[in-house]
Amino acid sequence: MTIQDPETPVLFAAREPIFPRRVKGTFRNLKWWLLALMLGIYYVTPWIRWDRGPLLPDQAVLIDMSGRRFFFFMIEIWPYEFYFVAGLLIMAGLGLFLFTSAAGRVWCGYACPQTVWTDLFILVERWIEGDRNARIRLHRQKWDAEKIRKNGLKWTAWLLIGLATGGAWVFYFTDAPTLFHDLLHGTAHPAAYITMAILTATTFFFGGFAREQICIYACPWPRIQAAMMDEDTLTIGYRDWRGEPRGKQSVEGHGDCIDCMACVNVCPMGIDIRDGQQMACITCGLCIDACNDTMDKIGKPRDLIGYLALTDETREREGKTPKSVWAHVFRPRTIMYTTLWAGVGVALVVALFMRTDIDVNVTPVRNPQYVTLSDGSIRNTYDLRLRNKHGEDRWFTLSATSDATFVLSMDGDQGLKVLVPANETKTQRLFITAPAHSHGAEEERTALRLWIQDVGTPEFPHTDRVSHDTVFFGKGD
Amino acid sequence: MCAKQVKKAEKEVQTTGHSWDGIEEYDNPMPRWWVWVFYACIVWGIGYSIAYPAWPLIHGATQGLLGPTLRTEVVAEIARFDEANAPIKAKLNAADLASIPGNDELKTYAISAGASVFKNNCAQCHGSGAAGVQGKGYPNLLDNDWLWGGDMEAIHTTIAHGIRNTTDGDARYSQMPSFGKDGILEKAQIDDVVEHVLQISGQDHDAAMAEAGATVFAENCAACHGDAGMGNRDFGAPNLTDAIWLYGGDRKTLVQTVTYSRFGVMPAWNVRLSEDEIRSVATYVHSLGGGE
Repeated sequence: MTIQDPETPVLFAAREPIFPRRVKGTFRNLKWWLLALMLGIYYVTPWIRWDRGPLLPDQAVLIDMSGRRFFFFMIEIWPYEFYFVAGLLIMAGLGLFLFTSAAGRVWCGYACPQTVWTDLFILVERWIEGDRNARIRLHRQKWDAEKIRKNGLKWTAWLLIGLATGGAWVFYFTDAPTLFHDLLHGTAHPAAYITMAILTATTFFFGGFAREQICIYACPWPRIQAAMMDEDTLTIGYRDWRGEPRGKQSVEGHGDCIDCMACVNVCPMGIDIRDGQQMACITCGLCIDACNDTMDKIGKPRDLIGYLALTDETREREGKTPKSVWAHVFRPRTIMYTTLWAGVGVALVVALFMRTDIDVNVTPVRNPQYVTLSDGSIRNTYDLRLRNKHGEDRWFTLSATSDATFVLSMDGDQGLKVLVPANETKTQRLFITAPAHSHGAEEERTALRLWIQDVGTPEFPHTDRVSHDTVFFGKGD
Repeated sequence: MCAKQVKKAEKEVQTTGHSWDGIEEYDNPMPRWWVWVFYACIVWGIGYSIAYPAWPLIHGATQGLLGPTLRTEVVAEIARFDEANAPIKAKLNAADLASIPGNDELKTYAISAGASVFKNNCAQCHGSGAAGVQGKGYPNLLDNDWLWGGDMEAIHTTIAHGIRNTTDGDARYSQMPSFGKDGILEKAQIDDVVEHVLQISGQDHDAAMAEAGATVFAENCAACHGDAGMGNRDFGAPNLTDAIWLYGGDRKTLVQTVTYSRFGVMPAWNVRLSEDEIRSVATYVHSLGGGE
């Protein structure tokens, strides 16, 4: 923050560059493992194969936009089943509530792509330019050959990471090996190149230059997450009652903090955790590692900076022992979030197993409501959307049950049989006629249940049957 | 912890000077990149308004250096669609009319193309659902009763040349005499023949009058409507024995019809629609449920 002269207010301020120092410790290791795990999942997933038969794609995870299908291992989602995606988003939201109320901004600190990629970019930066002090020196240096060489190398590496990021993204949307081949030969769809170019540029810019500014200025999560935190939430804090007044250990009366600035120097957000919990803190835990390192060196107990809740702070000030981690994690709020999360999850799994492999939507044609035929019979028209989720073509037969007598008919010479292509929807017009002067023809409305039966194949005679309730309109009064 | 932070902040950052119940707002400077983006947007806006149509004038607006875009894009897009559809249109025009409904590829194209042709050209009289206007002489195209025939060939001819218009020499033509107005039949004879029509269409009627009307019918009406009143598609003469009426089948309407006659007109569409459009809309009408 710039110190201002009140007489001449500053309208805008430049970003103050941050040079996080290398740090070793528990949280750094945890972050490396999570980084490897998440990047691994991201890059490997599109290459996993999953056999679904000859007519369907064999990519385990595939978002087929043009075919309007989402494949996830044994699960296939059609657009009308988008509630599964909505359910997953609700679960993701509730999961975020749960983790945030229990342990603060763990998403920001460990799992957010912005954090993961920034971590990776800083690692590359350190490999090429050296640690904090070397980087500060290089930053202040004139644009000589060394600076140009190192920056050029760094930016090239960043661009390559960006390219790999955007490159992996497009593989989720079409067959990965085919697309990879096409990309190399320059024959892929322009959308693939454009997407890759945009993602390369954003990765390069967000990870290389914007970094903490995304969290502070652009991201809504920090604001929303604050609402999920309370006095029992574990978050990173500085035990000032132990550390203050800070200064040389040789001086009588000083606390444990020797003001070595290790916690500030390692912080990727460029903040001082000793100022208290603040919006810019993503709770990545690196300051804990840095401080513990110092405490070990000067022979003081660890955790001058550590995970603690507001209630712990009060208790520790009074000299009492803080609550256990479990007492922080298991409380009504987190149990409620867990229950809701699991409830949505169970509902989704049940819905997943209860859905049928065939389905029908019925749209009665109501313009006009009915047609009088030459012999005085009354006819209604229905547009059916028949869905066949099997990997092979299937014959469906149509029938109807009702209290009244109805005659079903369709275009063509197949009677009441429809061939629905594999993994597709077929629209079919169905005519239902009530004979002249019959109950259905005279009444204004007659309830009607349409049945769709999957005839199956000779090897697998299927008996899947779905129904749809609709109404037949007669002449009425 | 928090108290200390505020103290430090007060030292360094000035506030806006407003205080609401002791709550003050920092007057932090904006990030420099944000201000740059703001200026860049202004520059972009000026450039955009020069390059594209933007500034309103008294008549029209500035044209922009790059020329009008949306309209030319639409024209190009239409041309692209026309080009893409050219092969299937050629196929549709070359196909035997009667074979189109049985050809999945042609049928799918023709029905969707025909639906839009219908809604733009035919719906004004026949209704958007093709149910016509009951009792007003605009035929319902959904039922299985056809005045001039309901196979592909007949529907195509009707659409291309129209009915009883004066512009197309090949238009279907017929004329029912105004039996009452022109003094061909007496008032009593008209009442009798109406009772006969009520009888053959299965409605309540006066048996004695209907018997007298049978003779009148045989002498005056059977030539077109047939001895049994079943109609004749060569003349567009409606079937009088079924449940479908173009203008209404009640006694009062029938008397009016016989007295003054009817003369429904449909324009010829071959001057407005291309052959592929006529074939498409014919297939669409044929598919609605009444096609023969």
